Amino acid sequence: MAGWSQHKGLGVALSREGIDTDQLIPARFMSAPRSEGYGRFLLHDLRRTGETPDPEFPLNRPAAEGASVLVAARNFGGGSSREAAVYALVDAGFRVVIAPSFGDIFAGNAVNNGLLPALVSEADGARLLAALAEPTEVSVDLESCRIQVRDIEARFEIEPVRRTKLIKGWDDIDLTQAHADQIAAFRAKLAETRPWVFPDAEA
Amino acid sequence: MSGPKTLLDRLWAAHAIHTRADGAALLWVDRHLVHEGSHHAFRKLGERGLGVAEPALTTAVVDHYAPTRARMDGGASDDIRRMIATLEKNAERHGIRCFGLRDARQGIVHVIGPEQGLTLPGCVIVCGDSHTSTHGAFGAFAFGIGATEVAHVLATQTVWQVKPKAMRIRFEGALGPGVGAKDMALGWIAQLGADGARGHAIEYAGPTVAALSMEGRMTLCNLSIEGGARLGMIAPDTVTFDYLKGRPFAPQDTGWERAVESWRALRSDEGASFDREVTIDASGIAPVVTWGTSPEDALPITSTVPDPAALTESKAAAVRDALDYMGLAPGRPLDGTPVDRVFIGSCTNARIEDLRAAAAVMAGRRAKVPGLVSPGSMMVKAQAEQEGLDRVFTEAGLQWVGAGCSMCVGMNGDLVAPGERCASTTNRNFRGRQGPGARTHLMSPAMVAAAAVTGTLTDVRPLLKGRI
Repeated sequence: MAGWSQHKGLGVALSREGIDTDQLIPARFMSAPRSEGYGRFLLHDLRRTGETPDPEFPLNRPAAEGASVLVAARNFGGGSSREAAVYALVDAGFRVVIAPSFGDIFAGNAVNNGLLPALVSEADGARLLAALAEPTEVSVDLESCRIQVRDIEARFEIEPVRRTKLIKGWDDIDLTQAHADQIAAFRAKLAETRPWVFPDAEA
Repeated sequence: MSGPKTLLDRLWAAHAIHTRADGAALLWVDRHLVHEGSHHAFRKLGERGLGVAEPALTTAVVDHYAPTRARMDGGASDDIRRMIATLEKNAERHGIRCFGLRDARQGIVHVIGPEQGLTLPGCVIVCGDSHTSTHGAFGAFAFGIGATEVAHVLATQTVWQVKPKAMRIRFEGALGPGVGAKDMALGWIAQLGADGARGHAIEYAGPTVAALSMEGRMTLCNLSIEGGARLGMIAPDTVTFDYLKGRPFAPQDTGWERAVESWRALRSDEGASFDREVTIDASGIAPVVTWGTSPEDALPITSTVPDPAALTESKAAAVRDALDYMGLAPGRPLDGTPVDRVFIGSCTNARIEDLRAAAAVMAGRRAKVPGLVSPGSMMVKAQAEQEGLDRVFTEAGLQWVGAGCSMCVGMNGDLVAPGERCASTTNRNFRGRQGPGARTHLMSPAMVAAAAVTGTLTDVRPLLKGRI
């Protein structure tokens, strides 16, 4: 995965609170292979009335075409651990989601796919939502943790570990394999101190 | 670290293999549970040509897509059959034990782990499912992970984590009749919010928690994620040890004695400090139902539907939206709201004690609406049938089916129709969770049974008079 430090792209606002991962991608689409792309499943049911796209839904408006920054409300991405919710966002072209709170597992999954979950204060979240009443260009700087929309500037928070990972584009498996000796030593000791961790061949 | 330690400190220290300067720690994983949804992770593994590091510490089970009816034949769609076959093939290829549809041990991953004794105190347990927090009921450090992390665990038997903050929720006072762990859980989530425990590991404590059975403790820990917590846990005690003793994968004989001795140390010290502490009076808890589209939208059954007009504008919009979806009128009593169907099942409330609680209400009564009862595992199903609980449900007019995630998430085709209102023992009342347009009210198994026999949301307590 390629790392990144700055992003500039079209921002779109979604003011509804508590967009859970079941909204981001309904469960019935999750058996599809990723190779076909998950972008078409993003917010599938929320942006439609029955099977008809709702022209008023923020992401359906022509002005939101090509958006890559999503400004959302409180408790975005709560619920199911489905990484498919992140695939849907990434495959639809999003690189950044800005919100005052995120589901914990969602935020971790996002970082593992190069998507920034940028945590802002409630006040800044409200200001950014208002500023994006119409889709507008947003600049995001991971080095300085700043968001800029026209003359509005906001700071965002992200755990340093996650920030570094996004910037460097680290792959966890590669990182971990560098600790193979430590893992082996830990395992050997475990077999002595907590032998019950290794169940008998088959119960 | 010197000074008094929390249970979290102890579990963390026992599993940290390496801690980076930035605070990320590489944790050893004792138990990894996988299901059909793990196909993305197995594919990632295949793309990199990696194998599974510790197949013996990995268990696969068919649950999310498991058909609950006509299990072995045409009951499932091609898509569902393919998902199940993919898991079974991946398990076989990597030498992972797999509880498939023909296995008597099959069931929901968070039911079968404890039932088989795979879930043990002091373990780090992960699974690509958010309700992995359930296993914390045994004093395990158990949390849900995404597909990238599942692939990482398969390949290395470790996971990178930043230590969560410590939170303790103490429940004091005795629960009233007809009130249980589900009401405790929905109660604190309503109080603190669906993101109220974000970034924290919760330790549930206090006399009310100590008095809960393992089933109740699992329900409480299961719902931790619905309050935004990374995980929930309860220090193990004799209730825990009695539950686990003799389970197939639990240590046996002298190994058992040694393990219990070690597990007794898994607790928070007197005076240990928590980043956040909340105390709740359990004696004041009434049976709870949800009215909206988030688990935080929960109220005692004795309440009225919230009125947006009485709220600040920022809150009012969300409430109006939720009521519109749910088809509820503001200010009306929750009690008496007609339901179209009921569901008893899921990793939250489909264990034997849950089925007994529902059956205690249903016995000798008829359900006024259709409904499905899906036991949490085939072992639970067999036990319930031995106790005659299946007949209580079928004689009341409900369908008694096989084990799986079923109508909690609808992936196997067990769906609530658009616009239908379902009284459900599950964990999420999200829009469309039980099917597009479905209206879900979360509540305890006893409350769902009460909804079945009255055809409405209703207070179960009068229906229990003379029965418990």
